[in-house]
Amino acid sequence: MPEPPAFETSPGAMLAGSPTPLGGPVSPLGLGQPAGVPQPDADALAASQAGLTIKARSQFQMAYTRFIHHKMALIGLGVFVAILLFSTIGPLFWHYTYAQITSQFGTGPSLAHPFGTDTIGHDLFAEVMDATSTSIQTALVVAAIATGLGTLIGAAAGYYGKWADSVLMRFTDLILIVPGLVILLVLANTVSKAIGNWLWIALILSALFWTYLARLVRGVFLSLREREFIEAEHAIGASSARIILRHMIPNAIGPVIVNATLTVANAILVEAALSFLGLGIQPPQVSLGLLIAQGEGDATVLPYLFYFPAAFLIAIVLAVNFIGDGLRDALDPQQRVRA
Amino acid sequence: MGAYILRRLAAGIVVLAVGTFGLYILVSLSGNPLANLMANPHISPATIRAARIELHLNEPLLQRYWTWLTGMLHGDFGISTLGQAVGPQLWPRMWVTLQMVLPATIIAIILGIGLGVMSAVRQYSILDHISTGLAYIFYATPVFVIAILLKDFLAVKVDNAVGHPVLYTVGQNNPGTTGVWSVFVDGLAHDVLPVVTLVLITYAGWSRYQRASMLDVLNADYVRLARAKGLSRRRVLYVHALRNALIPITTVVALDFATVLGGAVITEIVFGWEGMGRFFFEALVGPVSPDVNVVMAYVTIIAALIIIFNIIADIIYGLLDPRIRYA
Repeated sequence: MPEPPAFETSPGAMLAGSPTPLGGPVSPLGLGQPAGVPQPDADALAASQAGLTIKARSQFQMAYTRFIHHKMALIGLGVFVAILLFSTIGPLFWHYTYAQITSQFGTGPSLAHPFGTDTIGHDLFAEVMDATSTSIQTALVVAAIATGLGTLIGAAAGYYGKWADSVLMRFTDLILIVPGLVILLVLANTVSKAIGNWLWIALILSALFWTYLARLVRGVFLSLREREFIEAEHAIGASSARIILRHMIPNAIGPVIVNATLTVANAILVEAALSFLGLGIQPPQVSLGLLIAQGEGDATVLPYLFYFPAAFLIAIVLAVNFIGDGLRDALDPQQRVRA
Repeated sequence: MGAYILRRLAAGIVVLAVGTFGLYILVSLSGNPLANLMANPHISPATIRAARIELHLNEPLLQRYWTWLTGMLHGDFGISTLGQAVGPQLWPRMWVTLQMVLPATIIAIILGIGLGVMSAVRQYSILDHISTGLAYIFYATPVFVIAILLKDFLAVKVDNAVGHPVLYTVGQNNPGTTGVWSVFVDGLAHDVLPVVTLVLITYAGWSRYQRASMLDVLNADYVRLARAKGLSRRRVLYVHALRNALIPITTVVALDFATVLGGAVITEIVFGWEGMGRFFFEALVGPVSPDVNVVMAYVTIIAALIIIFNIIADIIYGLLDPRIRYA
């Protein structure tokens, strides 16, 4: 877990990672970086070089500065917000609904039907809007439940250790020996054919996803538990609740937020896979995986039925992954994969 | 080392026992395999009663699990709801699945490590940027989208352009092919698309990981020392840096093996392979589902494969990194 830095060095150093390998001595400020890499915050760099007055900034401000200098993360955020607006507000202005059957069968993209229609006359544009919002809301609920539950259980296991820890670790061992998709298929098979509601799908996915968050939080807590500032809290007689809530969770929050974001991306992919296999969202509801499965049947004749939902699915997951990368660089600089 | 392996195997068996118990209960409660029979007015109650007894459905759940467990320990996976022994159906299908999964894993390891190392050595080069971009895209693309793109768009175009099928899109072989060489070529032609599918969804994460691990090593002090004492760049990169940068990827590959097997379920369904993933899926959702014995046979085999794969990875890790001591 990163020690909160006393003051911000150049965000350029954070962004550029290390200079070219074998390229001479490494400057701690990232001055040795190759030409062509933009220096986003020249002021901060100049200030820290001069070693003069450095304005104190809160951790949130530093994270915010790092995030808004992450170009791909901003693009990802923009795309995600655009898709979110499209899928939530779009249906209010569009003259077809996803369930409506028009008189156009299997027509290609046109002004009346920007994404075309399928062979029974559904307007794909309306279907994609609805499917996208179903996928996103499912994934957001999964991320919320998995993060909440995972943090709670992981915190208990990491802080108290002993049997809570053993139970958690044995349980996650169970999940590691069978592919997650297989477990979810078995779970979904008992539930979704009867109740193919997106909320149930979200609950099923959460049943698997919380374990990853719990393991992560456990790891962070195990290392924090041994640190001096926690020892100091114990020494002045702080309660466990105070230590966990005031000291350990705030220190673990970076990795948790980053992984909650990545959970959104994974949940969208897994929900799509379940729906593709017929065990997720059930017709007449639509989800992106379901639309892709339906599009596969006509793929060679009406390829756009496959292209549009697939493109939306990939775009959402890409956008969320980029946001996750930006958040990791901003909140959890030590864990970042060099980019 | 021997004691360590034995202990890992014992722990694996315990986890396997608990896991199969939970899944057995879950799958058994998910539906009634005789529902179709019972809905059919032409089938007499006596037949249904006989089927219930044959499938042990008249016994309590715990007893059924015990029967299954003891049978499995003797190598008998029980009978399917259609009355055939599961074991003889499963083994050939496992071979079919491995025909897809093993080449894909090996190619993905080579591709992931190769691209990762090249990206790290030439950080910020065009190659690095392209490899990074592709990795992001494949990372965000579900396995079934890649499979459908390859099958319905690429293969159809290629086959039409050539005039006869080069890339087969359905099944793992053409039945009736004879001769060692013909069978091999035929198998290869069927193997290409599913293997490429699995490679593309797998290598992306590994190449990113390998890149990060190589960059870490390249910035380590001992690599700078090796440079400073005048070794050639080549020797520093491939003898001093690469060998150490390869260590962490073993764990990642081992842990991801489960994901590859999960991806194989979808790949087999899209490409119509008679593999064990599809066998499992059809037993789970098919007309006489849940076919508990088939589902459990699949889960047990796959869990055993994953446990063994992980132990092997740990052993390799210990051999590569002498600092690791297994006691």
